Amino acid sequence: MRRSIAVLALASTLSMGIFASTQTASATGTDAPLAAFDASHAGGTLKLVANAAAGSLDPKINYTAQYWQLYQATYDGLLTFSYGDGKNTFNVVPDLAVALPKISNGGKTLTFTLRKGIKFSNGAPVTVADVKASFERIFKVSSPTAGSFYNGIVGADACLKAPSTCKLDKGIVVNAATGSIIINLVSPDDAILSKLAVPHAVINPASAPSKDAGTTIIPTTGAYMFKSYDPNKSLIMVRNPYFKEWNHQAQPAGYPDEIDYTFGLTAEAQVTAVENNQANWMYDPVPADRLNELGTKYASQVHVNPLTAMWYLPMNVNIAPFNNVKARQAVNYALDRAAMVKIFGGSQLAAPVCSFLPPNFPGHVDYCGYTKGATPAKPAKAWGSADLALAKQLVKESGTAGTAVGVVVSDDEVNKQMGEYVQSVLNAIGYKATLKPISGNIQFTYIQNTKNKVQISVTQWYQDYPAASDFLYVLLGCASFTPGSDSSINMAGYCNKTLDAKMKAAILQGTTDAAGANKAWGAIDQAIMADAPVAVAFTPKNLDFISSSTKNYHFSLQYKMFVDQIQLK
Amino acid sequence: MKRRLPVSAEKSDSPGRIALRTLVSDKRSWIASIFLIFIAILAIFAPVYAHNIAHTDPFNSSLNATIHLHGKDVPVLEQSTGGLGLGVTPIGPTWNFSKYFLGSDNQGRDVFARLLYGGRNTLMIGTLAALLTIIISIIIGLVAGYWRGFIDSFLSRILDVIWAFPVYLLSISLSVVLLTSGLSIGPIHVGAGSLALPIIIIGLVYVPYVARPIRGQVLALREREFVRAAVGSGAKNSTIIFREILPNIFPSVLVFVPLMIALSMLTESALSFLSIGVQPPAASWGTIINDGLGLLYTRPVVAFAPGFMIVLTAVALNLLGDAVRDALDPKARLRGAL
Repeated sequence: MRRSIAVLALASTLSMGIFASTQTASATGTDAPLAAFDASHAGGTLKLVANAAAGSLDPKINYTAQYWQLYQATYDGLLTFSYGDGKNTFNVVPDLAVALPKISNGGKTLTFTLRKGIKFSNGAPVTVADVKASFERIFKVSSPTAGSFYNGIVGADACLKAPSTCKLDKGIVVNAATGSIIINLVSPDDAILSKLAVPHAVINPASAPSKDAGTTIIPTTGAYMFKSYDPNKSLIMVRNPYFKEWNHQAQPAGYPDEIDYTFGLTAEAQVTAVENNQANWMYDPVPADRLNELGTKYASQVHVNPLTAMWYLPMNVNIAPFNNVKARQAVNYALDRAAMVKIFGGSQLAAPVCSFLPPNFPGHVDYCGYTKGATPAKPAKAWGSADLALAKQLVKESGTAGTAVGVVVSDDEVNKQMGEYVQSVLNAIGYKATLKPISGNIQFTYIQNTKNKVQISVTQWYQDYPAASDFLYVLLGCASFTPGSDSSINMAGYCNKTLDAKMKAAILQGTTDAAGANKAWGAIDQAIMADAPVAVAFTPKNLDFISSSTKNYHFSLQYKMFVDQIQLK
Repeated sequence: MKRRLPVSAEKSDSPGRIALRTLVSDKRSWIASIFLIFIAILAIFAPVYAHNIAHTDPFNSSLNATIHLHGKDVPVLEQSTGGLGLGVTPIGPTWNFSKYFLGSDNQGRDVFARLLYGGRNTLMIGTLAALLTIIISIIIGLVAGYWRGFIDSFLSRILDVIWAFPVYLLSISLSVVLLTSGLSIGPIHVGAGSLALPIIIIGLVYVPYVARPIRGQVLALREREFVRAAVGSGAKNSTIIFREILPNIFPSVLVFVPLMIALSMLTESALSFLSIGVQPPAASWGTIINDGLGLLYTRPVVAFAPGFMIVLTAVALNLLGDAVRDALDPKARLRGAL
């Protein structure tokens, strides 16, 4: 998932669901769960500000971090990611389901029981019919992840071909009398619990429209409901009158009585508003020239947290000059990742990396094959410095020196600066580089389409859920490469059949042997990076700037700050 | 400003000499000319400054560069050490001509060196675009005004169509389209990042604003006695145009030159500020303002310095334009047409 832009169906990625026999839902969380609700701190209006709204409010359509953050407090699925702090927030916990599913039939059948007594914000009870309709709605509205996350459900193939008439009678079997819900998969899928915990799998009323609801509000089950939404002005959330807490870790009661999200302020204006207590939190990244001010004058209001994400440069392995592995390795050696970290805001906000899997992510191994004194075969533990001389030599050996190279970047300030730096590096190692900044609204899809003949670009990837496959298989698997499509997330066009088979094997192994699978993913990571279809630059951190009047900050590695847990008194 | 000339001069000198004398005696033209020559010299010697004095490459990122200042090595981009240590701040003005005189931008590049290089591009594009406008305008004005009839109607409607679009809207639209693929006309191809693109775009969008007054003047000249006499005596059209009409519209054209350079320069700066003019790593004053936008709180000089240069140069060109107008034709109100 990209940070803020509604994008991409992940095409046919993750389409090969693999085996699971008995699956345990949650990773072993080591960090703190959420403390009990303290009613004495409830009340007030939380004011959030952002430059722009994030499009459709429909939870089955919206694919942005900006609104996924809000869905945590409003919508519920059968499962969800836990409230709390740190790694605890990667845990999948039962939400509208009574418990984690019973998994049988070799991992192909998941049996849930729906909680009783839960109502939507319009007063209607949540029934198993709503659950079935919600899964069918994923396909009816052509949810961005319908073809990638949920195509393993029995009957999904037909739904993908004819969305408007989607029926999952065999895939989702419900029993109104017992409240049981059986999800039948075509084949086992090691990440199915995570996929059921993300907002695209939330339960909406069966009466929800069979098309993108856009700005129309769909009733919620969570602690809050949406009261009004004008993408040009504001989004208002108020308490759901029918909400009663059923699982404190899944959907706790929130503290503010109302949450007002105002749009239209520049990032500079947002900083000033939070400094002056006119707003409680800002969404957009803090402008570079205000960081020092925040770090010194407002240090107690700043929260910096790690993200499982990366900034990287996909290189098109199918066209010159990057159809030559030496040319791609040269870029990897030439990139001064510390310099890119400086552009991003400094060492407190990002860290240089070489590996594809981010630090603290399942499967991550500390290694770097593209630092001075190291090779992919004999990697160092971490990136140290760029090796421009070796990069120039590799370009010369590749015979690609002097080739014209276009660097496609998004046209916002930070991306453009990254692009200028990459252009400078490419010129330094012997290419004739030009910078092509294009609107952030289209850049992500533009660089995916092979028709645009993009040679190299600067982009980012933020996890959808905590699994190595969400990085390696999604971004570099053969199934993710669809020539001529805007939804070809494998931007490098890299397809190594041997490594692809190993990735499928690792997905399979992950269902029974998570540790072994993670080890395999680590090895795959290194093998892919030896081919260098991408150059990974750094892993960013998340900076939240909150007003002095706010308390009880909690951060989810999955959805960032819990807005509903902020206390105003 | 109307100036009274000595009676002796009026009797003995040609109109050209009188105009030149008037121009030379105008203080505004002196001040403006000296400033413009100074700026031009600075721009011409930009490479000398960058390579021999500042020893810097203003087109390459130098994010990890350090300079020796006040007896110690200082990073050009300094990681904040106060508080939480957030942010990286470019070095500010050192006021030392040999190193980062006006400080650094976000890429660790010398702002003063880029300012000089930026001046080269801005002035070059402004001047060439203005000349292109004037050459095309003279051709259109002469053809439409002399032959009149269908040709005049046809050319005038084309000018009307261009005129219907606001200058900035049209130039932004053309830039956005041409920046992605460049411009190809037959065997001629202008690359997407070429400086020729903004020259062509700006040169074209201002044509109606110059061609129309010239056409009007040609229409009037066409009816004057000396032209009628030439026609009556059987002179060729080309002879009449080049010998009788063109010399008479030349003073008006001269007045347009500095004013059009100023307008073209401002348009180029606007396009470059919007990232659709001069492309990185090349610089123009507009691109440098854009570079400085993200540094307004910490290093305002990056944005203000090129802005200041644009204002001064535009004022100088306008002063010169006014002085030329007053010298050549004190009664003219051609600026009103712009």
